[in-house]
Amino acid sequence: MEFKTAVFYFLSAILVFASLRVITARNPVHAALNLILAFFSAAGVWALLQAEFLAISLILVYVGAVMVLFLFVVMMLDINLDRIREGFWSYLPLGAIVGLVMVAELGAVMAANYLGVLETDAPQAVAGASNTKDLGRLIYTDFVYPFELASVILLVAIVAAIAITYRGPKKTKYTDPAEQVRVRAKDRIRVLQMPAEKQD
Amino acid sequence: MTLAEMSFVLPDLRPAAAEIFLLVMACAILLIDVFSKNPKRTMTFVLTQVTLLCCVFITFATSSAEITYTFSNMFVDDLMADFLKLLLYLTVLVVMFYSRAYMLERAPHATGEFFALTLFATLGMMVMISANHFVTVYLGLELLSLSLYAMVALNRDSVQATEAAMKYFVLGALASGLLLYGMSMIYGATGTLEITGVAERLAMGVANKTVLTLGLVFLVAGIAFKLGVVPFHMWIPDVYHGAPTAVTLLIGSAPKLAAFAIVMRMLVNGLIVLAVDWQQMLIILSVLSMAIGNLAAIAQTNLKRMLAYSAISHMGFMLLGIVTGVVGGDARYALNAYSSAMFYVVTYVITSAGTFGMILLLARSGFESDQLDDFKGLNKRSPWFAAIMMMLMFSMAGVPFFVGFFAKLSVLQAVVAAGYMWLAIAAVIFSLIGAYYYLRVVKLMYFDEPTDTSPIDAPFDIKLLMSANGLAVAVLGIFPQALMSLCAYSLLRSL
Repeated sequence: MEFKTAVFYFLSAILVFASLRVITARNPVHAALNLILAFFSAAGVWALLQAEFLAISLILVYVGAVMVLFLFVVMMLDINLDRIREGFWSYLPLGAIVGLVMVAELGAVMAANYLGVLETDAPQAVAGASNTKDLGRLIYTDFVYPFELASVILLVAIVAAIAITYRGPKKTKYTDPAEQVRVRAKDRIRVLQMPAEKQD
Repeated sequence: MTLAEMSFVLPDLRPAAAEIFLLVMACAILLIDVFSKNPKRTMTFVLTQVTLLCCVFITFATSSAEITYTFSNMFVDDLMADFLKLLLYLTVLVVMFYSRAYMLERAPHATGEFFALTLFATLGMMVMISANHFVTVYLGLELLSLSLYAMVALNRDSVQATEAAMKYFVLGALASGLLLYGMSMIYGATGTLEITGVAERLAMGVANKTVLTLGLVFLVAGIAFKLGVVPFHMWIPDVYHGAPTAVTLLIGSAPKLAAFAIVMRMLVNGLIVLAVDWQQMLIILSVLSMAIGNLAAIAQTNLKRMLAYSAISHMGFMLLGIVTGVVGGDARYALNAYSSAMFYVVTYVITSAGTFGMILLLARSGFESDQLDDFKGLNKRSPWFAAIMMMLMFSMAGVPFFVGFFAKLSVLQAVVAAGYMWLAIAAVIFSLIGAYYYLRVVKLMYFDEPTDTSPIDAPFDIKLLMSANGLAVAVLGIFPQALMSLCAYSLLRSL
């Protein structure tokens, strides 16, 4: 076995294991940490395929920013695990059967010709070409339309987040000194005319 | 690569002029709304309406009978796109007219955002309608869905709305995942994501059939989620019911046009070679939707929920037109079948906009008017609006000489022409079952005593628009030919 293939299987094994742990770990913090491990291994696989830009941005963006935020949220929220796990065991048999049947069906369909037909050579990078540069060039030329659309989607996400959480200006206890100076007695005191009551 | 080698040819922007204009205006309106002091948001509202009217003009002016591709073949402009977009603008225009008072009442802080998000959703639908690339289909769909998720949740104090938004968001994300998975399989099998390119590769017969079919299953499942057909319909009743009625009106009308467009683009333009495979799946989805949609609607006491099940059954009926296009490689009836499906969607959108508009018209502060009982004795309160509601209900049920009847008839003709007699019979039986709950609304309005006797106090312009909407259903029922031939002509020039 070639060295590269061995590295690929090593990374893939970690990736599969870590992904499984993400959904089976009891502690959400462990799940998040496993997700980080999964991202790292996936980045490794990408690096093997000579997609170094994707590999680095996966680590920078997902591991560096998104997952840290995730961890914060998970740690801040006081999640009651027992309530979430309620009914897990009663649903497990049915869920497992459905899942196994689906896996078996997919396997039966795919097993016949999946392995043989799809094996194509990975595209080889042209010597001296930088795929960061190529990606940049493509995004701003051929793929400018979807790229712009993605930015509109981000804008909508911002607008939506603000629209849902904003509830009008906050009533602060700030007082305007100018207004206090201008105030007159009649603004503060209201004289009510009451009819005099007769003494019986 | 040196800078000199990076030649960049500016794509032809003319076919996408309406999209670009709408995006610029949506951003401008967002900013103007921030500085607007008017609590009634008149400026925002008027600008939104003007934007849509300008889009009508731009699409009309840039329309041509040729099929044009731009943005490296990711964007297609043909007559089908132009026709659907024009209908889309008009629908959104009407929707915003109906919703304004309701949103000002329920979500005064977010009414400006409601208009802006509606414009972004419209942009998403336009992108879907003009998509010639799986990536743009997906991005358009996400733009539409994200705006809708947010709009459902705008009324944050309502527990029902929040729950509906959560359900919509989670299931919508799942559906997007299925769709993406299907797309990636198709990419793996054909090596391209461009829809016309996929069709070419498939015609050459070089693609791996197994992977392709597996991808197709996920793709159809994803589309079915978005269309809301059984068994992917669970979100529809909860979202229709829980969302503010103005948002339900939007979800229940315009997106159906865009969903029809992506079905046409992906299944008919792209994967017509696999028609035998996807037709089988669509037949199952269609029959189940008509059965469960119509039967479950009978049990509802909430009008919005009832209309949600009715939407499921209508989408099932519409799919019949798409199923019967090409049967066994015989494309003789294709144009008839697809244009009948298109006609069905268009008439459904007009009728559905009117029906939800009526609920909005009768709603007032602190009163939703979305229960069936709220329509009791409407004839005593307002004979004119009771008559309009009756026309809308008759059209939904497919009573002769309303537009819904001709829509059902043309789809059934296509089904019979394709030789699916049993399917036509099933469709008629389920429509008859469905007629019960539409006619029940008419019975409540005319033969029951009103429980609520307050007069209808809607602004004059909304009353006028509502009347026009109801009359459109009647007039199109008398002269359906014009709209039908428009559908057929635009498809003839686009397929």
